[in-house]
Amino acid sequence: MRRPTRDSGESLRGISRRALVLGAAQFGFMGVLAARMRSMQVEEAEQYRLLADENRINLRLLAPSRGLVFDRNGIPLAVNEQNYRVVMVREDAGDIREVLERLRRLIPLSDEDIERAIEDMMRHSPFVPVTIAERLTWEEMARVNINAPALPGVQAEVGLSRAYPLGSDTAHVVGYVGPVSDFDLSRIDDQDPLLQIPKFQIGKTGVENKLEKTLRGSAGTRRIEVNALGRVMREIDRVEGMPGSDVQLTLDAALQSYVEARLEGESAGVVVIDLENGDLRAIASAPSFDPNLFVRGISTSNWTELNENPYRPLAAKAIQGTYPPGSTFKLATALAAIEAGVLDPEETIYCRGFVEVSGNRFHCWKPTGHGNINLHESLKQSCDCYYYEVCQRVGIDLISEMAVRLGLGQRYDLPLSAVAEGLAPTRDWKLKVRGEEWRIGDTVNASIGQGFVLASPLQLAVMAARVATGRQITPRLVRAIDGIEQPSMSDATLGLNENILRRLRAALDAVSNHTRGTAYGSRIVSDDLRLAGKTGTSQVRRITQEEREAGITRNEDLPWERRDHALFVGYAPVEAPRYAISVVVEHGGGGSAAAAPIARDVLLQAMFDGPPPLSAYPANLRSQIEAQQQRIKERVAPGSSTSGRA
Amino acid sequence: MSYLEYNAKYVPSGLRKPLYLNWPIVLLLTAVAGIGFLMLYSVAGGSASPWMEPQVKRFGVGMAAMFVIAMVPIWFWRNMSAMAYAVSLVLLLYVEFFGSVGMGAQRWIDLGFMRLQPSELMKIASVMVLAAYYDWLAPSRTSRPLWVILPVLLILLPTLLVLKQPDLGTAILLLAGGGAVMFAAGVHWAYFGSVILAGIGAVVAVFQSRGTSWQLLKDYQYRRIDTFLDPSNDPLGAGYHITQAKIALGSGGWTGKGFMQGTQTRLNFLPEKHTDFIFTTLAEEFGYIGASALLLLYALIIVFCVISALQSRDRFSSLLTLGIAMTFFLFFAVNMAMVMGLLPVVGVPLPLVSYGGSAMLVLLAAFGLVQSAHVHRPR
Repeated sequence: MRRPTRDSGESLRGISRRALVLGAAQFGFMGVLAARMRSMQVEEAEQYRLLADENRINLRLLAPSRGLVFDRNGIPLAVNEQNYRVVMVREDAGDIREVLERLRRLIPLSDEDIERAIEDMMRHSPFVPVTIAERLTWEEMARVNINAPALPGVQAEVGLSRAYPLGSDTAHVVGYVGPVSDFDLSRIDDQDPLLQIPKFQIGKTGVENKLEKTLRGSAGTRRIEVNALGRVMREIDRVEGMPGSDVQLTLDAALQSYVEARLEGESAGVVVIDLENGDLRAIASAPSFDPNLFVRGISTSNWTELNENPYRPLAAKAIQGTYPPGSTFKLATALAAIEAGVLDPEETIYCRGFVEVSGNRFHCWKPTGHGNINLHESLKQSCDCYYYEVCQRVGIDLISEMAVRLGLGQRYDLPLSAVAEGLAPTRDWKLKVRGEEWRIGDTVNASIGQGFVLASPLQLAVMAARVATGRQITPRLVRAIDGIEQPSMSDATLGLNENILRRLRAALDAVSNHTRGTAYGSRIVSDDLRLAGKTGTSQVRRITQEEREAGITRNEDLPWERRDHALFVGYAPVEAPRYAISVVVEHGGGGSAAAAPIARDVLLQAMFDGPPPLSAYPANLRSQIEAQQQRIKERVAPGSSTSGRA
Repeated sequence: MSYLEYNAKYVPSGLRKPLYLNWPIVLLLTAVAGIGFLMLYSVAGGSASPWMEPQVKRFGVGMAAMFVIAMVPIWFWRNMSAMAYAVSLVLLLYVEFFGSVGMGAQRWIDLGFMRLQPSELMKIASVMVLAAYYDWLAPSRTSRPLWVILPVLLILLPTLLVLKQPDLGTAILLLAGGGAVMFAAGVHWAYFGSVILAGIGAVVAVFQSRGTSWQLLKDYQYRRIDTFLDPSNDPLGAGYHITQAKIALGSGGWTGKGFMQGTQTRLNFLPEKHTDFIFTTLAEEFGYIGASALLLLYALIIVFCVISALQSRDRFSSLLTLGIAMTFFLFFAVNMAMVMGLLPVVGVPLPLVSYGGSAMLVLLAAFGLVQSAHVHRPR
């Protein structure tokens, strides 16, 4: 039944009034909404738009490609190698473990690798690619690609990684790169945003480290759109960075490799300087290490092995090592005395095997003495007493001054790690550092390069170069940056009397070319390539009176670390010197036996720009040299591909 | 008017009824729903699934329900009011007790083809029962305390149940919707005045008590209030949603970023982009122009409802239409105020636009009642 609704005119009018009030309130609120909308969307729109862009746009850095390092002939010493790697995206893979097991049948993966990969993937968002394996061979890469359908979520990628084609041959000079560490960041004051990229590679040692800013280049940027989870949706734009500058070194890669090969089995440092402009042709320290191991992240066992090796492969001996220069220092003592006018080169001094100075007896290496001896003979036969006498006339300060003039006791500005300063001691130095008065015995010791005197192979090579040319040869390692030649500063004269130098050089010539010279056994017989130089044997221990009386112990009978250092400084060819060299063989025994032959071989190699003909050697040595050349050839040949992937 | 008079006037019947439907409201509802479809298509990244397609179907079902309800005489619905209220209340109690024990704290009943939320039903049923109550009550008694207490109880009972769920948004809608019907029915101003004063007093007391020995709320509840007042305090927690919503809305500017070009939406910075926060997508992609266009459509629906209510000849029709208009208004006003940061986030969908079955069906059914009142008005 239809029941009519109750009706009353009065109450309906009441409802109408109230309805209008309600409606008005509603419209009032809608007005507020519209006004708020307007203020947000019109007045403050710009600010909100900025916030929206901040939300969605991420700036990513693009690492520039690192500058290359070449030798003087354009042979690459540090390159960016294509690095094949396999990455995996969790969300595309489905059953990660199953896919990794399948991958394992294609490329070598350890249990550890797999656990680490799974852990990495679970830690990141599901869409983040995680690197599973790096440095795959082309074959492994191809296997992964062919099996791609069975490997969901697995992608093969190509990246760039640093490689050193000559491996251990240039390790101490070129150095190596490694991922930037917190320690690096705290140590260097560098605002470059590239350093914030995780695992960004920066130079850790050597040229890679010292020329870091040159090699690095500048970052490019990529603006990408990301969603709320950080997933990259698309690239908005991209500004490429500036690749790093290429650096050309003065090194001669072939010579460098030769020297490293020649030094095999020794703990030694060799430096070869081009006398024309001070170019460092070779800076070899043996033994060496493979820098590629460090780029990949060196294993603990490899690291322990390098660290505990008594021959210290990690030390760049040619640059960082300092040694008592021994008899090679006699050049400085003699020049200082002549320059000071207290010694006439023709004057003879009597050597009876020892000298008494203020109650102490200083011995010549030859117990029976050299008899009457002048400058020429003293250098040729390396008489010590002559210098014990001479040094007392001139005094340590002038000797030290001459040593510095000849290139010792100063740090060269080379882009290498820990370039040694050495030590040319003075009275002031001893007082300041040791707090003791300088004694005459100190001078006597210093005169033959023992005692406080310390020099690095690099400094000794500079000394040889300066004596050979009379010019202020300054070593140069960087030949050009991005093809722009760097200045050489080896033209200034030393200001020494050329006549005196000529006498000195004649003596050095005699050292290896006169039958009684200390390096006669290491002579070069081709007349126009003759070698001149000075041997040195520096003690690392004191010889006691008892030992001396029992007869001098032969080096071969001592434990390795107590044997003498063997040194040789020299240059060739005598008539028109082209290269100067220094050789230091740690605990090698005598300079004439251990160091001079190395100098001879290296200089011949340098002058011939390859293996020298056997005719350059004395006839009695030729068969031995031939065997040695063969051995080195075999070592260098595979050595040029030491960058093979691990 | 007497019963006879009523009959003497012309009331449309039979097949003529559709001609007397309030067609402008039908068109406006369709327009609003159309905007909803467009936005659901956009937030799905340019795809009809998963949201637009079911929404279109539900809209079809809802419109059919609206027409059917509109054809049934309004006095039938008045007689059904108490029943509707009772059923809704029972269902509400049912989900309150069984929902929380057996079904993991759910607020809905699975009907197979859709999930029915009793609280949605209650929004309309409470308006119906109040309209029926004031239709029955002699106007002279309207403001007497005893006759005021009864409707207050009718409102508070479901409100408290809903608040317990907890669903603050629906509670506000029930409270304000019921209050609006009482206000329209002519309950004395003083009642509303004292309630508003008491409310203000309560708010002041809550804030004053903070940090004192008689603190009224728990510390975490204060922190939520803080977050609402300044979302930037908590940019990654509760404040994140509202901050992102405001960025989306504000960055739309005058004309918006273009259809399907909203970065906040497309890149998932927006939370709940297909439900409660869909308005921000509209504002982001169509700007101030698009957003105010929707507000205008809503306003017109209110206008037509109020006109229809003013034309009604009986209290039930009038109060029902006003009450439903008010509920509808509360839906979109609270939702918009919420996404603009004017109100705390309470979980009220944007009517006919947000994705969701219950709300759409119940709203269209409610407009069926409005239409029924309109059609069956004596002319």
